[in-house]
Amino acid sequence: MATAQELRAKAKQRQIMIQSALIVFSLTILWVAVSNAQSNLTRLNMTSGFAFLDRGTGWDYSFSLIDRDINDRYSYTLFVGFLNTVFVGFICIVTTTFFGFIIGTLRDAQHPALRFAANVYVQIFRNIPLILQAVFLYALLIHLGGPRQAISIADVAFLSGRGMMLPGLNISATVAISLVLASILFGIVLLCTKITMWRGLLVWCCGSVLVALVVALIVKPAGESVFSVPVLQGLRFQGGINLPIELLAMILSITLYGSAYIAEIVRGGLNQVPRGLVEAGQALGLTRMSIWTRIKVPMALRSIIPPLGNQWIFMMKATTIGIAIGFSDLFYITVTSISQSGQTLELIMLLMLTFLAINYAIALFTNWLNTRMKLKEN
Amino acid sequence: MVGTAMPPQSQFEVARARFKKNAFGTPVATAISIVVFTGLAYVLWNFLNWAVFQAVWSKENVDMCDAHSGGACWSVIDARYRLILFGTYPFDEQWRSITAAIVIVLTVIASCFPAMWQAKRLSLLWVAGFVGYYLLMEGSLIGFERVTTDGWGGLSLTLFLFAAVVLLGMPMGLGFALMRRSEMPVVRWFAVIFIDTLRSLPLVTTLFTAAVVVPLFLPDWLVGDKIWRVIVGFALFFAAYQAEVFRGGFQAIPKGQLEAGKALGINYWSIMGRIILPQVFRHALPSTINMVVVTFKETAIVTIIGFFDILASGKVAFGAPEWSPYYIEVFFFVAAIYWVFIFSLGQYGEYLKRRMALASH
Repeated sequence: MATAQELRAKAKQRQIMIQSALIVFSLTILWVAVSNAQSNLTRLNMTSGFAFLDRGTGWDYSFSLIDRDINDRYSYTLFVGFLNTVFVGFICIVTTTFFGFIIGTLRDAQHPALRFAANVYVQIFRNIPLILQAVFLYALLIHLGGPRQAISIADVAFLSGRGMMLPGLNISATVAISLVLASILFGIVLLCTKITMWRGLLVWCCGSVLVALVVALIVKPAGESVFSVPVLQGLRFQGGINLPIELLAMILSITLYGSAYIAEIVRGGLNQVPRGLVEAGQALGLTRMSIWTRIKVPMALRSIIPPLGNQWIFMMKATTIGIAIGFSDLFYITVTSISQSGQTLELIMLLMLTFLAINYAIALFTNWLNTRMKLKEN
Repeated sequence: MVGTAMPPQSQFEVARARFKKNAFGTPVATAISIVVFTGLAYVLWNFLNWAVFQAVWSKENVDMCDAHSGGACWSVIDARYRLILFGTYPFDEQWRSITAAIVIVLTVIASCFPAMWQAKRLSLLWVAGFVGYYLLMEGSLIGFERVTTDGWGGLSLTLFLFAAVVLLGMPMGLGFALMRRSEMPVVRWFAVIFIDTLRSLPLVTTLFTAAVVVPLFLPDWLVGDKIWRVIVGFALFFAAYQAEVFRGGFQAIPKGQLEAGKALGINYWSIMGRIILPQVFRHALPSTINMVVVTFKETAIVTIIGFFDILASGKVAFGAPEWSPYYIEVFFFVAAIYWVFIFSLGQYGEYLKRRMALASH
């Protein structure tokens, strides 16, 4: 009979054996992969390394937030793709969270009609693949007529097969981007202060809009108005903001799909608020609105934020469907770069690292939000 | 004895009374009811009007589609449904494709019965279903004409990808979950890095890597068919998420059970196989169904890397000039197929969740 000590030593030995085997195995796989890649690359006459980032691309793509040219360098083009991904992802995070909260609240409403309507919405849009919705919407949008047959919305916004024309502030893209960044920064600063949630939201919205208006007043070209409204002139629209249909299809489809998911998360969170708290609010004579804003939502947020963060990460990843409808997100740009330059390994690595970084940033943010929202006991 | 004169209210009556109170109890509630129900009825009526009452159904009457444009033109489905469902599979052999698809559907339905919920039965069922599908589709092994994977397409391909990913990914997910809980730091970190990286990357990146990048790393004899590489990549993605689902299940098991097993001198695999895992599976079941539903939905992504799944074949179906005006009908048809599968699986998951919530009280 072996003593306990011997048995323990044996177990220890086995553990070391298994772990070294795993390390050796991984290293072998890695070595075989690298040597194969080297021989394959030499056979295909490809050079590895990141020197290609300084070369000009020579191809065009559908959408960019900043100035672009067909001869831009690869590094610049990839950065445009990164900006597009973050831009669409961010817009979708805001819209889905907004609509998700509304629909989720309706799912939790007392009124059966509201509950039913919200349920129908969720069941339809959650159960159809996102990419199918995006391709469908894109096909619908592209079949709309030209600017002359545009669908007019109160004569200030127009939807046509060329995209959506929206009224906007009379400022350049650079100023607009700086304003958005400033607004985000302002939001984060507000989150760091001790301001209550709803007041903070109000201050953030009003503050951002006011600052944007003031900046627009200062930088607008002399003699023009603060707002730029699209007007049909001949065969095209002048002024306003143009959302191309690729961008529109992306935003709409991700919003429709993501809102249904967030609605379920919100409903789950609202459901978990103890009944006693709601009843206490009723006993105190609070209105339904106050019960919702002051009891249900603050209590529910604690269980909503962790899955909400996952959903936000999903939204960022979902922008990769852009390639199916020709929106130049980071994945689209990377794939085009691969087929044009042949630098497969480097580009895929850059793509993966970027997504890891984006996800890590969102995860950090939601963790921080979570600790901030945590119920402070004692 | 003082008896109550009132008969006990049935559940239906209670529900009706509550509905009446909530929907029409106050003027505001009544107004909301009227607005919402009228709006829904209006949308439903318009949809039915388009899709059913005004619609043209057969491909012979396709010229009627232009005459009155008020309705759907299902002629396109009548003419092209084989393309949408079977892709480019040889016309005379398409009965094999539909039988194979039914085999997969039956496998899924069969695994919904609680009687099947044993690791041995489930794995046998899925391996059998998968092998049955493969034999039917490939054909040469059971004496039919051989059809290579390039010829597979449409709904059958979607179902194949789904079944293959779940079948391969489930044991891999379990493996990752066990590695993640291991006492050996190297093993644990290996799993953590693998799981977290895969979960951070968009699925299409993983699939693209499997399809395009991995061949660069492999010796020629191992490159194989693109579809198998993509399935392995997809299965790894599934496994990374499923490992987290299993982890949730493991967390529900008190640590004492593992320790009790160890104290009794039972070896690791027996403790896992006979004590821990049966409970983990039960706890993880609703989330697992959820993962399976998501996987079915995500198979639509393969159209991006050039597979002829039901979305791609639908696009081809209205690609011909004479059918191009009827793209809406095709999209509705494809969406309806996805919706039926995903909705029923999802409802089943909800039912299980309720059932297990009741059982735990």
